[in-house]
Amino acid sequence: MENTVTDMEVKEMEKTAIDPSQIKGWGVDANPENDPTYPMKNRNNGEHAGYSWERPTQQPKSVEVLHSNERPNVSAVFGTSTPPSGLSGLIRRAAFKYSENSYAHWLPLMLADRVGIAEGVLDDLTHGHVPNIFAERGWKAEWKHNRKNLVTRVAVGVVLASVAVAYLRSRKGDSEAKE
Amino acid sequence: MLAMNFRGPRRVRIDQKPMPEIQHPQDAIVRVTRSCICGSDLHLYNGSVPDTRVGMTFGHEVTGVVEEVGQEVEKLKIGDHVLVPFNIACGKCVFCQQELYGNCHESNPEATAVGGIFGYSHTGGGYDGGQAEYVRVPYANIGPTIIPEGMDLDDAVMLTDVVPTGYQAAEMGGIQPGDTVVVFGAGPVGIMAARCAWLFGAGRVIVIDHLEYRLEFVRNYAPCEVYNYKELEDVVVFLKRTTDWMGADVCIDAVGAEATGRAMQTLLGKTLHMVGGAATALHWAINSVKKGGIISIVGVYGPIDTLVPIGNVVNKGLTIRGNQASVKRLLPRLIEHVQNGILDPKALITHRIPLEEVSDAYRMFSAKLDNCIKPVLMPPSARI
Repeated sequence: MENTVTDMEVKEMEKTAIDPSQIKGWGVDANPENDPTYPMKNRNNGEHAGYSWERPTQQPKSVEVLHSNERPNVSAVFGTSTPPSGLSGLIRRAAFKYSENSYAHWLPLMLADRVGIAEGVLDDLTHGHVPNIFAERGWKAEWKHNRKNLVTRVAVGVVLASVAVAYLRSRKGDSEAKE
Repeated sequence: MLAMNFRGPRRVRIDQKPMPEIQHPQDAIVRVTRSCICGSDLHLYNGSVPDTRVGMTFGHEVTGVVEEVGQEVEKLKIGDHVLVPFNIACGKCVFCQQELYGNCHESNPEATAVGGIFGYSHTGGGYDGGQAEYVRVPYANIGPTIIPEGMDLDDAVMLTDVVPTGYQAAEMGGIQPGDTVVVFGAGPVGIMAARCAWLFGAGRVIVIDHLEYRLEFVRNYAPCEVYNYKELEDVVVFLKRTTDWMGADVCIDAVGAEATGRAMQTLLGKTLHMVGGAATALHWAINSVKKGGIISIVGVYGPIDTLVPIGNVVNKGLTIRGNQASVKRLLPRLIEHVQNGILDPKALITHRIPLEEVSDAYRMFSAKLDNCIKPVLMPPSARI
């Protein structure tokens, strides 16, 4: 279910709002000097006025921009890198129906990132580019500065792959013999 | 133009990408002269940050020359050489007005918990970053700062993130004269935090890590006491013992999600990505600080739950402070410190690598090859 506050809930909140100045003892021990946020925050209590500042000029939406449902709008400025597309885009759009407070937001985004990797490889191939995984992983640096480790890892990988292939072949041979 | 291109966890390459364009009247286009790889880029590189999309360009520590400005840009002109804070801040929202420039509310539509950050996933606003020949810089009247005459570019680029983050780590610690400060992590930010702890009057500074070459560096640079946790049976017991069984006054987590040292944290946070990172350093910080002490967090974690002993926070009466550094707020003071020789940030730079070799640069930094502490990418035009 979408994680938004309904108009009815807003009205309920307004009905139950309490004027603190009517509460006996309110603010008698207030001490503005006791501000552990300073100097990180130069407190002006502007947030008490809500979302009321003069907003910067709105950047035109030239691409699809997803926005958190914990805010009412797209920020005045935003990035236009890699807009949502394909299957990963569908997953991202679904994720943004849920708030940042929800696993249903973050876990699908992690899934979409993984789907995006496969989409990236497909995109490379359809553009006639075979990705050089070894170069992308920086194996040249590994070869130059950590050769022993790289050789060991490759050797272990080759041995494990060989064992797996040999095992699968022996199982196939067994099943053919039974037939 | 040439730009770093993310292809998936631990896979990046250099590609030709379209030139950035002015998209907002307060935008500037900057030709990059220096661009660092940050420890927090490794969270993206390793696939730990949700909504990190294939095709994106990382990079949030940048200097460059202004090539083009939007019609509302008044502070900068074409040809200015600027350092660009990693935070994208509007200067108008209530948070910017309170100098919380890392928490701007008008620069990141995708997440309310963090302001916009260059090249830091769509959770950071979806901006392409500066590990490229050119970068779009929004709100050019607010963040970008003209590099003072005579300042070394290597110092300038370190003022975009490493120095303010390390300084704010110490500042958030509320360090009082004589305090014992423990910094977890001897990466660039941890090194700078240890150096800055003295500026606030610390009486003793201890750095914990497991990489000997980094410990050796910070021992001389900060200077400070250093300990390799791999040589300690229990880092918390050791820190208690060395502080007369009281614990440190202030503990700084300068590691974040990529920590090593505890198998369960590593499994859940780094291998399975089931939590917002391996919170080993934070766990140790909470347990090593004294009752009533202060924890300062500048290590970056993902947005989902993180495993820490919160019960001990309550029982020990701890204060936890954390934030992305408010670079713009801190810059005037930090520029003074660099100009007066109090801070020497460029000393942390160990590798200057052509932008075209970005894949190897990430590998070197991530795998800590060749005693790498801080790599800087140099675009072709900056190498002439």
